Amino acid sequence: MNENLKHRIKARILKALHLVALFIAMAIICVPGLWIVLNSFRPTVEIMAKPPVWIPSELNLDNYRAMFGAVGEGGVPVVQYFTNSLIISVTSTVIAILVGMAGGYAFARYRFKGKAGIFIGLMLTRAVPGVSLSLPLFIVMAKTGLIDTHVGLILVYVALNVPFTIWLIDGFFRQVPIELAEAAEIDGCTRWQAFWKVEFPVARAGIASAGIFAFLTSWNEYALASQLTRSTFSKTMPVGLRDFTSEFTINWGGMCALAVLMIIPALILTFIVQKHLIAGLTFGGVKG
Amino acid sequence: MSRLKPPAWFVLLLPAIIILAAVVLIPLLLSLYSSFTPYRLTRPDSLYRWIGFANYEKALTSIHFWTAFGRTVLLLTIALNLEMLMGLGLALLVNKVTWGQRTLRTIMMFPMMFSPILVGFQFKFIFNDNVGLVNNALQSLGLTDQAIPWLVDGKLAFFSILVAEMWSATSVFAILILAGLFAVPRDPIEAATVDGCTPWQTFRHITLPFIMPFIYIALAIRSLDVARAYDIVQIMTNGGPARRTELLWTLIGRTGYVDARMGYANAMGYISIFLAIFFTVYFFRKLNAARGELGMAS
Repeated sequence: MNENLKHRIKARILKALHLVALFIAMAIICVPGLWIVLNSFRPTVEIMAKPPVWIPSELNLDNYRAMFGAVGEGGVPVVQYFTNSLIISVTSTVIAILVGMAGGYAFARYRFKGKAGIFIGLMLTRAVPGVSLSLPLFIVMAKTGLIDTHVGLILVYVALNVPFTIWLIDGFFRQVPIELAEAAEIDGCTRWQAFWKVEFPVARAGIASAGIFAFLTSWNEYALASQLTRSTFSKTMPVGLRDFTSEFTINWGGMCALAVLMIIPALILTFIVQKHLIAGLTFGGVKG
Repeated sequence: MSRLKPPAWFVLLLPAIIILAAVVLIPLLLSLYSSFTPYRLTRPDSLYRWIGFANYEKALTSIHFWTAFGRTVLLLTIALNLEMLMGLGLALLVNKVTWGQRTLRTIMMFPMMFSPILVGFQFKFIFNDNVGLVNNALQSLGLTDQAIPWLVDGKLAFFSILVAEMWSATSVFAILILAGLFAVPRDPIEAATVDGCTPWQTFRHITLPFIMPFIYIALAIRSLDVARAYDIVQIMTNGGPARRTELLWTLIGRTGYVDARMGYANAMGYISIFLAIFFTVYFFRKLNAARGELGMAS
């Protein structure tokens, strides 16, 4: 009886500790982001107030209004940046996924000479730091006239995402038992049909998660975009954030508003695909 | 009909190879060449003067280069290890939850949606000595009455950058390790429990070996990506004040774009590329070994 009670108390303490730890971890994850959201609704006076104002007395949409309204008069052309970002990220993600699916399938299902070498070679192209790549890329793009265009940035982002996409998709195809595809082929499917009807649906979730990673990478990339874009015609939002900084001051409120605008699409997308993502990641169970 | 056809794998890989050659390989060859010239953006003709290894010599004998190099390696080592441990902890915490796990997972992915440059600005704001969240909180709680210069003092700035970097990347580890935890088969764990293993033993000898490949995947992904720290550092301190947080990448960026000394910057760029390659190959080998243990290698 006593033993039993002790055990129960211990279990309960452990559970409480678990919840507390979880709460703290989640708070650390959330607070910096929520702070940005909060500040995007606050007037600059309150952000800069000393001593700090903890309970906001006034929340308004001024920062957003300024962001969307003041185009042309030295304001930040946010809508244009948003469109640029969207076009560039979506296009490059779609292309990267297609190229990555082909490549990942090749690595997962075919045996060939120098496979490990080619694979590492592909991965290493991703390891090149953006800064080191941006210098020569800047020269090449300037020579070919691709600088400050959507096409230029899309090409760069496809190249940036392909190695990683191949890798992720390779991993997911590997987890699809090869017997599945073989069974389909024995039943009279061509390899192509076997791929679309059997392997692709099974690995779809994995491909979706590769897509999220690719999208987020292009959506958020800064080091290369900051050098390869010059004007509002191709500037993406991460580069646009800099428009809120001037020599000595930073317009924190405006910047927070743009930051929120940047996060929302990423948030929505992740939310939609999350179901696939979780399903895809749990699919590893098949292998065990 | 049977003309010499390229093998299927080659056709499948061709698009990837072409795009990578065009966007990465050719520029890198150009940068390799220019690293042997005194190329300056302002003087295009300097691209055709061959000066051998002078740029590399200059970099390797420069004290600025070596401090930046050392600081980069230090930052990477500390950040990757701490992120891995915290990611593992977070994944275990979330894995134990039975109710509302989906919401937790969504929250967990939150930092991954933040652009590194945004993380940079965010933490620059948070660590701002005048209006920042940290100083405001410390002062309101009465823990200190002066503004702590988080981004001005060399050591504190390094710490702030580390916090920003960890905030943005820990969740990558957590998500991938969580995926690994889902993939752990139930049977051996149950068997171990029946056989009287303590939870720690079960974790150490069954769960951990199983999620090792996922940890290495996460480490390898991050090592491919660590240069993203450039965005964060560039925004938070840009290597300053007075080079006290200078990393290899900020040094390269400044030399290339501000001083316009492309040749010299490219030479240092190559050194940073080799550093990245070293990290990547290292984790990739570990990954293959871990996969081999599970029989997942091909």
